[in-house]
Amino acid sequence: MHTEVNVQNLGKHYGPIKAVDGISFSVQKGEVLGFLGPNGAGKTTTMKMLTCFLTPSFGTANICGFDILEKSIDVRRIVGYIPESAPSYDDMNVKSFLEFIADIRGYDGSERKKRVTRVVEITNLSSVLSQDIETLSKGYRRRVSLAQALIHDPPVLILDEPTDGLDPNQKHEVRTLIKDIARDKVIILSTHILEEVDAVCSRAIIISSGKIVANESPTELRRRSRYAGSVEIAIRTEEARRVHDILQSIPQVQEVETLSNDAPLSHYLAIPAKGAKIDEDILKLAKERDWKIESFSIEKGRLDEVFRSITGGGLS
Amino acid sequence: MRNLYIIFKREFASYLHSPIIYVFLIFFLLLNGVFTFKIAGFYERAQADLNPFFMWHPWLYLFLIPAVSMRIWSEERKSGTIELLFTLPVGMFEAMAGKFLAAWLFTTIALCLTFPMVITVMYLGNPDLGVVIAGYIGSILLSGSYLAVGSFFSATTKNQVISFIVTFSTCLVMVLIGFEPFVKYFQDMHFPVWLLEQIAAFSFYTHFMSITKGILDFRDIFYFLSLITLSLYGGALVLENRKAV
Repeated sequence: MHTEVNVQNLGKHYGPIKAVDGISFSVQKGEVLGFLGPNGAGKTTTMKMLTCFLTPSFGTANICGFDILEKSIDVRRIVGYIPESAPSYDDMNVKSFLEFIADIRGYDGSERKKRVTRVVEITNLSSVLSQDIETLSKGYRRRVSLAQALIHDPPVLILDEPTDGLDPNQKHEVRTLIKDIARDKVIILSTHILEEVDAVCSRAIIISSGKIVANESPTELRRRSRYAGSVEIAIRTEEARRVHDILQSIPQVQEVETLSNDAPLSHYLAIPAKGAKIDEDILKLAKERDWKIESFSIEKGRLDEVFRSITGGGLS
Repeated sequence: MRNLYIIFKREFASYLHSPIIYVFLIFFLLLNGVFTFKIAGFYERAQADLNPFFMWHPWLYLFLIPAVSMRIWSEERKSGTIELLFTLPVGMFEAMAGKFLAAWLFTTIALCLTFPMVITVMYLGNPDLGVVIAGYIGSILLSGSYLAVGSFFSATTKNQVISFIVTFSTCLVMVLIGFEPFVKYFQDMHFPVWLLEQIAAFSFYTHFMSITKGILDFRDIFYFLSLITLSLYGGALVLENRKAV
């Protein structure tokens, strides 16, 4: 069995509404794929199709050799899934809920006990084992849902906004967990938190209006930003008033923003022309003109700006 | 089949877990008592049989069974657990049947709790126990049919009220088309008798009454069992096609 997900021209139309409009991608073992996009872009619909909850209008996907249309039960056997709202049977307590899932997944007796104990340990649930799920806080409910998805140690994990509604500590825990287990799995997670992409994803797919508009690593995505490679510099000099124009005169610099100007100290952001490298030019210039550099940093690019510009939200 | 049993087990445990279900039990037993003794005049008839008990069941179930069946699927839809359930390796019919059987076991237990009725009638006279047992079998099959219709409609909506009302109405029609005063009314309006008889053959009421007379006819049992199977199969089809709505 080769662990990979292969999506071919997958689509879901509701009448005239194209929720997902023919997307294709593939994911290899060891990858954590971030699924990004504005609300309503088709992230959840795609995940529901991959987990065989929704039948696609056209196209298909292959998960570890099983076709989602023809081998639905086999696909569901090897996929672990957390739906968007992390639903679980609220009237059950954590232990019996996890045992129920283990039962359905085909484990019984000591194997079932071992599986439940393992996921309880991973997700830190031992203190609430005998509590009814409806009495748990949102963070714990998410964890129950995560435990449920991990019980069969699935080669493919599909997580729909796994950190939604968690506090920063819990978010950190979940991300650490995802990174820990990612090595021998395929993980597809959706999110609209951009820092999460940086924190856990090895690759990001951005979809907008049902279509894939970007499919690359977070670093590559960042390079699309107009701020990528821009230089933020604080300079102490007597000619503070002229610094802006001098920076602007560097051929590769497209624009200079004055962030603050309290002569003799002033603060600038120099934005390069697309793809250009300006840090060395600026350093050279500073040396020539005998500016005293107080701070200097090169921007990697801003994901949120890239996100806005390619999903059509960047009106500014 | 293993999954059917697991779902059945979980579902039945959730019945025992829910306080509303005990309210249902009390209502069921109380109403049975009131109808049998007060309205049907159990003592006044001075006959050692349970007819005044069973004759109310088609009507009593009209209110009580949809109250049980409405949550079977509507609740899964509402709370989103339907997405959890059907992204597990579970077949549609397994889930449908497992949940139905749990509900059926519950209503059957409720019915069995009316055993003091049997003791009373045995204490007072010499009832034909065969007829009593046939009555219970008929009533179990009847409740199963209501439940199957109910779980079909429950599978179509996330709204429990709608599920209740539609189940109630459907079962009411299924009773009335075999209920003598109702059939008589249409006869008086010069509807052809053969047509009315054909329609009445599809009624819960006709088949139930024939069983409670003490005749366990294969055709009546077949009627109920096939109606249950069809409803469940229909429900499974509905779920298959509109899981996510």
